[in-house]
Amino acid sequence: MALRELASLEKYLGLKKPNKYSTQGDKKVPVLQNNNAPSLVGLVTIACHLVKEANRPELLGDGAEGRAVVQQWLEYRVTKLDSHIEDTKSILKDLNLYMQDKVYLAGNQLTLADILMYYGIHSIILDLAVQEKEQYVNVARWFDHIQHHPGVRHHLPPVVVLRNRLYTSRHH
Amino acid sequence: MELFVSEGNPHCLKVLAALEVTGVQCGVQFVNHEGKVVPFLRRPALPTLFLPSGQQLFSSNTICRYLFELNGPESSDQCNQWLEWEATILQPALLRALHLAVLQGKGSEVPTVLQGPLNVLDQSLAKGSMAYLTGETVSVADVVLWGALHPVLSVSSLVLSDHKSVKAWFDRVAAERGCQSAAQKVLQGKGLEAMKSYMQKQPAPQSRDTQPCNSSPAETDEGERTVSEEEMEAAALTWSKDLNACSIPAEKQHPVMPQEGNRNVLITSALPYVNNVPHLGNIIGCVLSADVFSRYGLLRGWNVLFVCGTDEYGTATENKAREEGLTPQQICDKYHAVHSSIYKWFQIDFDFFGRTTTEKQTEIAQDIFWRLHKNGFLVEDTVEQLRCENCQRFLADRFVEGTCPHCSYPEARGDQCDKCGRLINAVELREPQCKVCRQTPEIRSSKHLFLDLPKLEPQLENWLERSTSSGDWTANAKQITRSWLRDGLKPRCITRDLLWGTPVPHPDFKEKVFYVWFDAPIGYLSITANYTNEWEKWWKNPHQVELYNFMAKDNVPFHSVVFPCSLLGAQDNYTLVSHLIATEYLNYEDTKFSKSRGVGVFGDMAKDTGIPSDVWRFYLLYVRPEGQDSAFSWADMALKNNSELLNNLGNFINRGGMFVTKFFGGCVPAMELQQEDKQLLAVVGWELQQYIQLMDKVKIRDALKHILNISRHGNQYIQVNEPWKKIKGGESERQRAGTVTGVSVNIACLLSVMLLPYMPAVSQTIRDQLNAPQTCINTMLQGPGTFVCALRAGHRIGTVSPLFQKLEADQIEALKKRFGGQQITASSQPAAVPAPPVVAEVKVVDASDPEKVKQLAEAVAEQGDKVRALKSQKAEKAIITAEVSKLLDLKKQLALAEGKSPEPAPQKGKKK
Repeated sequence: MALRELASLEKYLGLKKPNKYSTQGDKKVPVLQNNNAPSLVGLVTIACHLVKEANRPELLGDGAEGRAVVQQWLEYRVTKLDSHIEDTKSILKDLNLYMQDKVYLAGNQLTLADILMYYGIHSIILDLAVQEKEQYVNVARWFDHIQHHPGVRHHLPPVVVLRNRLYTSRHH
Repeated sequence: MELFVSEGNPHCLKVLAALEVTGVQCGVQFVNHEGKVVPFLRRPALPTLFLPSGQQLFSSNTICRYLFELNGPESSDQCNQWLEWEATILQPALLRALHLAVLQGKGSEVPTVLQGPLNVLDQSLAKGSMAYLTGETVSVADVVLWGALHPVLSVSSLVLSDHKSVKAWFDRVAAERGCQSAAQKVLQGKGLEAMKSYMQKQPAPQSRDTQPCNSSPAETDEGERTVSEEEMEAAALTWSKDLNACSIPAEKQHPVMPQEGNRNVLITSALPYVNNVPHLGNIIGCVLSADVFSRYGLLRGWNVLFVCGTDEYGTATENKAREEGLTPQQICDKYHAVHSSIYKWFQIDFDFFGRTTTEKQTEIAQDIFWRLHKNGFLVEDTVEQLRCENCQRFLADRFVEGTCPHCSYPEARGDQCDKCGRLINAVELREPQCKVCRQTPEIRSSKHLFLDLPKLEPQLENWLERSTSSGDWTANAKQITRSWLRDGLKPRCITRDLLWGTPVPHPDFKEKVFYVWFDAPIGYLSITANYTNEWEKWWKNPHQVELYNFMAKDNVPFHSVVFPCSLLGAQDNYTLVSHLIATEYLNYEDTKFSKSRGVGVFGDMAKDTGIPSDVWRFYLLYVRPEGQDSAFSWADMALKNNSELLNNLGNFINRGGMFVTKFFGGCVPAMELQQEDKQLLAVVGWELQQYIQLMDKVKIRDALKHILNISRHGNQYIQVNEPWKKIKGGESERQRAGTVTGVSVNIACLLSVMLLPYMPAVSQTIRDQLNAPQTCINTMLQGPGTFVCALRAGHRIGTVSPLFQKLEADQIEALKKRFGGQQITASSQPAAVPAPPVVAEVKVVDASDPEKVKQLAEAVAEQGDKVRALKSQKAEKAIITAEVSKLLDLKKQLALAEGKSPEPAPQKGKKK
């Protein structure tokens, strides 16, 4: 799974020559094989490396604070979203609240945080019923926005997000 | 900048060490573990760093990296790699280790748990032969890993005996200025003991990743309603009442006529236009909604007449006839039958389903016309009309397209703009085009008659004022009507230059017919007249009759303004609409239904899906566009079927029945109500009340939720009381099992009545299975709701079998594909209208041999018991498997015999 994400990211970044990857351990941690440097291990590490290689520093955030917020959500992706320590619902609830007044996860433009969170949360959003998508309306809105960002979606099927609400009488 | 930390939290150790090592100036606050500092996170997240911008960092590694980057370079790939490894590989192992050591006193197992990660670290350090992880100086990676490992490594010296390189590195980092003091602050010199309260608050670590479980989405978050003593006593009192002995609702006596002293309810559903096969949106918008309300009215004891029919006149029919080489009448005959069979399949129980091309129509329409004429509400005018010379005819409004004069929408129709919703005169369209040949039509003038709406406006407003305030008009109906009046009424043309229509009787206009909008609503009257000669007792009886009109919102103006004006102007004591019920639109998977693109499910296809009519009804009503537009979604339909019908409603009803059969020999056991049972009765009674209040106001979708709430309460009640265990206990326990079972089947009986308007077949099946007396039907929904014990102790129930089948993902995926729009475009050019279905051989699944079904159902039940017995005896797996496959085979046979698709329904995850 992680390898497909990295392949999509490479395409999004427009990297010409594809890198060689393998995986490590039963968690299938991705490994980037480097000819003239030690190999790199870990989804976020490799993703950040690819962004730098493509010379797209803006995807890692502006300034120390901006970069930190991007890293915050990258860490969230691999520790919370991927670990199943917290259940899906609390994650969606938290994200929904966070995204109440946000267009992107970090700052005012698309960053690597949006891309990797989108890849990671895709299977969850895909499984949501219409009603649940409404319950997590801010997440759904952000998700829809990112999946329509040119070049981001690649290997993943689009998820339908309704723009009009179905279930109004629901108490939150 | 402000850092929030808590004592005994190992993650805080990392950030405090990073703070000391980097020397960054930052306020530090100690809070307790449950301190909620990040506003959007539900679980406490410490440490948290508040950035100068006001944003928060709530993951320890991100905080450490930020602190290091404030005074130094960006962290390297190597650093990042270690940080990610720490967070994703080391931490889960550490959490397990700490859990064992701190909470379970199994410190000796720590080395085993940590061996893997420590090996990795040791090898890396040995190979690199550098002082620190990424070089010769301390980096963020060193501080983070040291902080993470400090609590275990500083106490369990044995862990490190095999890891010499780690030991050397660990001691080097520990010697850094600030590391020890950070450890002191967090652990207070108490070692692992200091982390006890922190660890207690952490979720227990799992050795294997478990799938997150999604509970039923329809479960509402509403808190439990508290029930008062009085409510419980009142519910118990009602429970003990007798069933209504009288007035068993036998077959309706036709013709239904208004009765003195009863509530006489006349229900109409908007007349579907004959030459289209209705899609799901049409069905939910009018006929299905009206059917539910009509069935509900009968349960309430009202005197209900429900009429509908096909609207058959107009240009579209003429054209269709030309296309298919038939006469308009033949087209109407053909499609009327299509409509009839579709509604029959959907179990729409019209008292009469007629059509507008009848003599009665001509008679009544002409009578209303002469009355309007006599009363001076018709005016004459010449009309500029579009004529297509290429097609040699005047163009009906719907055969012209052009740019909207109001909002410049390029695809406005000749009568209305779909974008801004305003009505348009076809000649006002900019750049008009004939829809058939795409030529530009010419404007010709022709003499026509107009209904003088401005003259009728005062009367109309007067009536509207009364009707909308005393009746139940939906919000959209009121709003659309208001906006029409606000824009001002203009005279509306009621005649057309066409052939296929009701002829205008006036000699000056004898070549013309009535315009459909004038003609079609009169269909309600003429259809009733074809049902009974005494139709005027319904339609000229406003004091005894309440008229409900069901429609989609695009039809509102004709029912709230134009048609009432015709009737008011005719001055013949007509019954005008009292309750105007309009739905919004139903979309199909976030797009529109489109016949030409083959997108969406049309009425005639629903039965080919193999999904029962009742399930279709249920889902359409569940997403009824009540108040807002809504959408039909296959995935959602499967979800609702599997979660609500199968796991909630069906499961509950089946459980109660099965307990009676299995534990009490098929007879309802004696019930002795305890406080807990009375409480349930009160809760169920409250839901029933809500249901009735909502249904009385035609809130069909909202009311359905309360049915599902009842079975949810019921399932919970069974789950808590565990009758299957109690039945094996002592005398009092067995009695308890009996009460719980008895109350459950009685709730099932109530549910069958509440379900009747929505799922008539399932409702009847439940009562058949419970062998419930017919009188329960007209008892339960009386007054504010009367939940009586209909199945008394000793009552013998029938054979219980599952009510619903699972909809499998692949089945749904296949259906989604089939109706997604490819199938038409692939096979034929998009302009061609798909061939209408053959009507003559409506393949209603033959009523199967009931005897065979019964035998098979019994065999299935028997085999099921056998399997359960084997399982509970822990029999050999091979034996169980063999018996299970027998069971599945029997179920398949049963499904076939019942005429369902032989889809095996694995009862996976089904609770006992």
